[in-house]
Amino acid sequence: MPILVYIEQSEGKVKKTSLEAVSFAHALANKTGEGSVTAIALGTFSQEDLVGIGSAGAAKVLHVSDSRLNEGVIQAHSSAVAQAFTKEGANTLILAKSSLGDAVAARLSIKLGASLVGNVIELPTLDGGYRVKRSIFTGKAFANVQLTSANKILAIKKNAIDLKTDGAPAAVETFSVTLEAADFASKILATERATGDVLLPEADVVVSGGRGMKGPENWGMIEELAKTLGAATGCSKPVSDIGWRPHHEHVGQTGVKVAPSLYIAVGISGAIQHLAGVNSSKNIVVINKDPEAPFFKAADYGIVGDAFEVVPKLIEALKAEL
Amino acid sequence: MKILVCITHVPDTTSKIQFTADNTKLDATGVQFIIGPYDDYALARAVELRDQTSGTLTVLNVGEAETEPTLRKALAIGADDAIRINSVPRDSFFVAQQIAHLVKSGGYDLILMGRESIDFNGGMVHGMVGELVGMPSFSPVMKLDLEGKTVKMSREIEGGKETIEAHLPLIAGCQEPIAEWKIPNMRGIMSARTKPLLVVEPIEIETQAEASNYQLPPAKGAVKLIDKDNVGELVRLLKNEAKVL
Repeated sequence: MPILVYIEQSEGKVKKTSLEAVSFAHALANKTGEGSVTAIALGTFSQEDLVGIGSAGAAKVLHVSDSRLNEGVIQAHSSAVAQAFTKEGANTLILAKSSLGDAVAARLSIKLGASLVGNVIELPTLDGGYRVKRSIFTGKAFANVQLTSANKILAIKKNAIDLKTDGAPAAVETFSVTLEAADFASKILATERATGDVLLPEADVVVSGGRGMKGPENWGMIEELAKTLGAATGCSKPVSDIGWRPHHEHVGQTGVKVAPSLYIAVGISGAIQHLAGVNSSKNIVVINKDPEAPFFKAADYGIVGDAFEVVPKLIEALKAEL
Repeated sequence: MKILVCITHVPDTTSKIQFTADNTKLDATGVQFIIGPYDDYALARAVELRDQTSGTLTVLNVGEAETEPTLRKALAIGADDAIRINSVPRDSFFVAQQIAHLVKSGGYDLILMGRESIDFNGGMVHGMVGELVGMPSFSPVMKLDLEGKTVKMSREIEGGKETIEAHLPLIAGCQEPIAEWKIPNMRGIMSARTKPLLVVEPIEIETQAEASNYQLPPAKGAVKLIDKDNVGELVRLLKNEAKVL
């Protein structure tokens, strides 16, 4: 039985997190010793991109070329993926946790009578039932979840698996689905995306600033540090609350949760609500002039010092190195 | 206009999370429970929309008797009545089925909840209920305005947002900045005591993805401090030790 993977696009390109989902499915197929990986891609893609999904581990890609699906219309995407799942005779669907992925997965779980688990952080264990480890309490703990239905949906967190890049080109097939008017009853009137920047929720390196930056006029050095590292920029909640930075940069319990390889916090004390947004980071660097800042307890590397002295020096040292 | 807001009863965001000795339950010792922060945004917007449309606002929780103070707080904030479905919320599917059962006969025009609970962070219940009752579902919704039966929303996507036009009835999972949290005033607190709180028994449903046990992450090693006059050392460590450059 094939494992189906739901592919998301961002302006016509396959999202990297979806490729991670393909690699996860590939590793799962290897682990269970049954089935191959089929990806389902909705909307307009280049042939090259579709074939390229193979490098992450998909043997086959089903392509629904209906351009109405370029946008993430939740109801329509759910219907299309459900049809592919049934047609392929799949019993498992893997997708990347995202704004659209979670919304689609929830509807699909009912359509397919599937056990659904989100925030999955590693491959399932299969001895003694199908068990999946997921993060809970915003990364402060983990739960082992028992999936009891024959059909299963796993929404995986970023970094749940290393991206595979050496797979063979995928066989691309055109796939047609039947979509009703009701699937498009709600309309996406406009989409706004921060352009030119690295997207914060998916970034591999994040540089965040807090109130220690003293004002929005001082963000130049945060942005320069981020640019040097190819990083996305974030901020603490107080900073977005007072309007120094836009809301979509707020990292924390009620903001964006990030899971980069490297998180650099500048002038952020490390309130528990902020830590909840960053505790899935692989490495945390804290720069703060207060040696008692609680963030140091959650950090891997720390510099006690004034951001206005340390950050420019760090940019210089990085530029010399990179 | 009939509005339903589903709330969770969850540990305060500052809580230190610990489990019982056999790791099968949250250790609630010293934990203060609150309305889920995202649910609180949903509730705040619902109060505004109820006032705008002269409608009614019901608040719902799936939980045992200990969640009633949380429901009373929602009544104090402005809900007209409350329903408690008398069961532990066993998994997202179980909770969604309970809510859907009630919604099918409830005649609600708008159902709001938080984008996710802050204990399990599933963010799945709104979509599941939507599919179960045949309503469209949207999440995470940052803005929601009514013009008659037409609903204009803004939904967060990675690095931006979508503007959506849809029609009632619908379900939305909410987050900031949809409305400012409302703090109950004295009059609200007084009137909450006498507002109706209905307790209903759950329908029988098998779970699909129930947690069997819990664990805490391994303790973090001590931070490596680097002298502020030697930032080159940090670059070297990031490159050679952490291998992230």
